[in-house]
Amino acid sequence: MSRIVVHGLEKSYGDARVLERVNVIAEAGEFLSLVGASGCGKSTFLRILLGQEQQSSGVVIVGDGPIVPEPTPQRGIVFQRYSVFPHLTAIQNLLLVEDFRSGGPFGRVFGARRRNARQEAEAMLERVGLAHARDLYPASLSGGMQQRLAIAQTLLGRPQILLLDEPFGALDPGIRVEMHELLTELWTEHGMTVVMVTHDIGEAFKLGTRVLVFDKVRHDPQFPSAYGATITYDLKLDRKNRASPQDVAKVAAMVGTARPDSAIATTASQRRA
Amino acid sequence: MLVKGMSAMNAVSEAGGEGTRPSPPRPKARLRMINAKVSRGGALFLGGLPFLFVAIAYLIASAQRLAVNPSDKLLPSPVQMWSAFLDLATVPDKRSGDLILWVDTYASLLRLFAGVGVATLAALSLGVAIGFIPRVRAFLLPFVTVVCVIPPLALLPILFIALGLGETAKITLIAIGVAPVMVRDIANRVMELPSELVAKAQTLGGNSWTMILRLVLPQVMPRLITCVRLALGPAWLFLIAAEAIASTEGLGYRIFLVRRYLSMDVILPYVAWITLLAVITDWLLVRLSQAVSPWAHPVEAR
Repeated sequence: MSRIVVHGLEKSYGDARVLERVNVIAEAGEFLSLVGASGCGKSTFLRILLGQEQQSSGVVIVGDGPIVPEPTPQRGIVFQRYSVFPHLTAIQNLLLVEDFRSGGPFGRVFGARRRNARQEAEAMLERVGLAHARDLYPASLSGGMQQRLAIAQTLLGRPQILLLDEPFGALDPGIRVEMHELLTELWTEHGMTVVMVTHDIGEAFKLGTRVLVFDKVRHDPQFPSAYGATITYDLKLDRKNRASPQDVAKVAAMVGTARPDSAIATTASQRRA
Repeated sequence: MLVKGMSAMNAVSEAGGEGTRPSPPRPKARLRMINAKVSRGGALFLGGLPFLFVAIAYLIASAQRLAVNPSDKLLPSPVQMWSAFLDLATVPDKRSGDLILWVDTYASLLRLFAGVGVATLAALSLGVAIGFIPRVRAFLLPFVTVVCVIPPLALLPILFIALGLGETAKITLIAIGVAPVMVRDIANRVMELPSELVAKAQTLGGNSWTMILRLVLPQVMPRLITCVRLALGPAWLFLIAAEAIASTEGLGYRIFLVRRYLSMDVILPYVAWITLLAVITDWLLVRLSQAVSPWAHPVEAR
């Protein structure tokens, strides 16, 4: 699909530096999990990849050329909240993708194209298990169903790169496991490059082929925002063996998560399965 | 939104349940005032009380005055008001042959809806453009903000001088009176759209125009209708002010005309009539909002 190259990326808001010296090369089809303490800039990094924000300096190359400084269909996104359009039913949310893609003066496709779009949308609803919720508005869907719909919608856009900003952060643990399975299946089917920001270390190790830890390496006690975070740890995971508990514990310690045990437990159970 | 919708739905089903069948006996608990629910019948009764109170107070005062002086004009009896109102509604005017009430109502509503309609179109087009397109915002927002604070009634003489005493001046007054606030409100609402939704629409291939059509317009529609509901109050004010000053028919004109003869038996029914028209308009707008944006009214939509 599409590779991502980030070199010497830096992002500041006024005097406050959020990110510095960020260098990553992600091959096409990789699944990157970004973890780090709250406010360490991993979401900022994702928004730069999305095009919603621009880097202060450095190079970001997505696919064949420098990143376009606005969101484009090349990169799909699923947010934690506001990830579907509340004024459209489930099926309308999916049909909207084809309407937007056509770009016509009515913002809508007609005739055979609409019938095709409808078939594709119905199939996608079926695929993510929302066929029964076809005509419901997002307000009457549960959080998990909304995120399924959001992922389905984003996939219909056929992005080369899928960006996920804590997509399962607001979901119950049980639903989260279901979503993990769905996402893994879809990623295997479509093979796009995925960049996911998460707070959940277990999730990062379970889903990712590579875990990147964002943290500050330099500290100025007089002016805490003088230095930004960078990638302090870059762990490639073996498809077969996944992560060792030592790795998970190490990352958990770096991120400063309160309960490294639970993270280890999640990945350990994953390894057994 | 989901939680709000659910809780509202529970509240409704509870209220409905109490209204239709006798509620099973349950332990009497002293709830805090803020938690004590009002049943549907109770709400109807409490809501009706102030109206009843005003009506009774008026009837007593009117009866007392009429007992002292049967030809008193200040507080006419309901019968007098009804017959005066009926005369205006059904008996053709001797001079013009018109049914005065209907001519007045038609003229006033035409001006009101024309003025508010123009303002709504302006609010929708300008508001969306200002809220969604930074260049237009930089260009127009300061101007609209300044126009917003001009007292519209101070413009009335200018409008009469510039546009003559005809319909144009009155409609323009209403439009100028309500449009700036509506434009600002819609622009604010567009700017408040979650940036996530706008970003997502772009990743799905939306361009500026299709995003306005498919994202911004449907999202601001409920707010636009609320805006119109709120604007109708000032619109009536400007309408009646304009009609009082220069007009030959209209509800406001009639009230100010018969004021000279102390005809409270016409003024009071006319005020009630205007109130009724305003209430009906408001109710229709609420229904319109529910029909156009069912997603914004999750309880009613089911």
